[in-house]
Amino acid sequence: MNSRRRRLGFILAAAGVLAALILPLSSEAAAALPARPLLTALTIAAALTFAIAASTSGFRAVLPGFVGVLCGAITTLVLLRDPGIAGSAAAGFWAMVLAVWLGAALCVIQLASIRPRNEISRRVLSLAIPLLFGAVVFYLWEVLVRGFGVSPVIMPAPSAAASRFVASLPTLGRDFVQTFIRGVLIGYAIGCGAGLLVAIVAQRFAFLGRGLLPLGNFFSALPLVGVAPIMVMWFGFDWPSKAAVVAIVTFFPMLVNALAGLSASGHMERDLMRSYGADHRQTLKKLYLPAALPFIFNALKINATLALIGAIVAEFFGTPTLGIGFRISTEAGRMAIDMVWAEIALAAIAGMAFYGLVALAERATTFWHPSYRT
Amino acid sequence: MTSSALAVPVSRPGAWRRHPLVERYAPIVTIVLALIAVWYVAAVLMNLSLVRDGFEREEAAYTVSDLIEGTMSAERPLLPAPHQVVAAFVDSVFGYAPSAPRSLVYHSAVTLSATLVGFVLGALLGIGLALMIVHSRVLEKSLLPWIICSQMVPILALAPIFIVVLGAMGLQGLLPKSIISAYLSFFPITIGMVKGFNSPDPMQLDLMRTWSASPRQVLSKLRWPAAVPYLFASLKVAVTISLIGAIVAELPTGGEAGIGARLLAGSYYGQTIQIWAALLASAILASGLIGLVDLTERAVARQMGTRP
Repeated sequence: MNSRRRRLGFILAAAGVLAALILPLSSEAAAALPARPLLTALTIAAALTFAIAASTSGFRAVLPGFVGVLCGAITTLVLLRDPGIAGSAAAGFWAMVLAVWLGAALCVIQLASIRPRNEISRRVLSLAIPLLFGAVVFYLWEVLVRGFGVSPVIMPAPSAAASRFVASLPTLGRDFVQTFIRGVLIGYAIGCGAGLLVAIVAQRFAFLGRGLLPLGNFFSALPLVGVAPIMVMWFGFDWPSKAAVVAIVTFFPMLVNALAGLSASGHMERDLMRSYGADHRQTLKKLYLPAALPFIFNALKINATLALIGAIVAEFFGTPTLGIGFRISTEAGRMAIDMVWAEIALAAIAGMAFYGLVALAERATTFWHPSYRT
Repeated sequence: MTSSALAVPVSRPGAWRRHPLVERYAPIVTIVLALIAVWYVAAVLMNLSLVRDGFEREEAAYTVSDLIEGTMSAERPLLPAPHQVVAAFVDSVFGYAPSAPRSLVYHSAVTLSATLVGFVLGALLGIGLALMIVHSRVLEKSLLPWIICSQMVPILALAPIFIVVLGAMGLQGLLPKSIISAYLSFFPITIGMVKGFNSPDPMQLDLMRTWSASPRQVLSKLRWPAAVPYLFASLKVAVTISLIGAIVAELPTGGEAGIGARLLAGSYYGQTIQIWAALLASAILASGLIGLVDLTERAVARQMGTRP
């Protein structure tokens, strides 16, 4: 993006913000911007900062641009609280939204073109850019849904889902305990533990390993969540059936990865262990398992996602009146889509936190691995 | 090498054990047979009390062999014996016309069509996104972290609301299911293809620059061929995921047709044999689809002159 185009973009953004002062905000009767002194001040501030961004060169334009985006975004969000504007927004309002979007896009582009030298600012940037991008996406989602008055049955605004999330924290907490703590964690421990144990046995007896590896590959490619109805039949509606599904789903990826990992140590190292006179248990503890750790963590990370999916899908087949999957399917049936989104947010947070914890443990235990050398 | 190694191989006892085919397949066959044996034993043990209760309710005299025979042929066993599953599978595949609602072929075809449409959509979307990300630093910095993050989210949990939302918009039948399939399968393809398009090393890219190749030429002559192995690796993952997506998408609607609907109906009415037969069908579908991708990969590799 050359500087002339960027300058033009910021001028357009400033013009869009100013257009909101003139054009009608709503197709219904609603007070225009000049009748709201505080918002007018914010609008003019946004236009001014966009103009400053247009006149500064290089990445110093990011700061005034960002302030302008913030002022514009706050103005539109405050405007949406007016019932005369929400659902019937008109040209002036959308001009402002477009200006905010344009300004934010220019800021993101400008930030992405910076190639910082030192480590810290690189880290900050690689966090700030996706966060800004995500914030813009959520902002547009919110403004579009509320500006056009989209029916909450089809698509609720993120703020509606968030307020529902906060309002129903106790329910969400109980669902979380039922699905995640009981179903996912127990099943995950059983499945991953069993997979690792079988892999260790199979590595000891080559015949077993040669038979299990292709079978494990085959099974881990199957749609194994389909066993959910059978497990519900065997173990009842409560969490043991969910844990069983999770255990089955997580077993095969762990088996395959751990088998690959246990044979990852080199001939030289094995010969060294033999020349030390190490028995199998010692070799396993000092050589095979440490060498297999990166593979095992790979499986643990794959399984973190699979486990949550398995538990939620298993709940579609019957559960006590509790659990993330149960809540999603019943609330979707009752058209309470904001509650569904709150549950999905819960599942997303749980999934990311789980994955993050596994990744942290990986960092702590396999720091010696070449992939972490910088 | 001694002269004896060059001599005509004399058939020694035990030499067949080292035959490459035996070495490769003997362990697999042994373990499969062992699994089937375990399955039979488990079927006897799990269905035993069920069958015994049945005999005692009728107050009929029974022997041990009667009991075991009963566990092998119960109508709604806890765990059907393998031959029962195979019989039910064969019966529901060949016993009805392919368009009859009781035929597994019909249900598999419904699921397969949703899977394939979703897979193709997902592959196109995934490759397109990867192309955009590779060519735009802005997207790489801003969009890619979100795509990677979303891999950790149980996206399958979104399936029911997608069905409800799309149903509210008047979309029903094949399309919502394929959208879920596509949505699930594009992630691995995007990630794999971004890796693949970036896999040529800087030297090769520099060489293209010294030839003053346009970005399009760099793509068609260097990046695309380099990405082909990554493409097929991610396609194999994606095709399984899109099958799972199609099956799960059939659950919340209580869909009338498809393997997922068959699983749900089986679990409602306690038809265990039907569930197992549907599972067998899904396993065959999954391995068939992966096999197909594998065959395509080999054909393409041969076309590109890769030596096996």
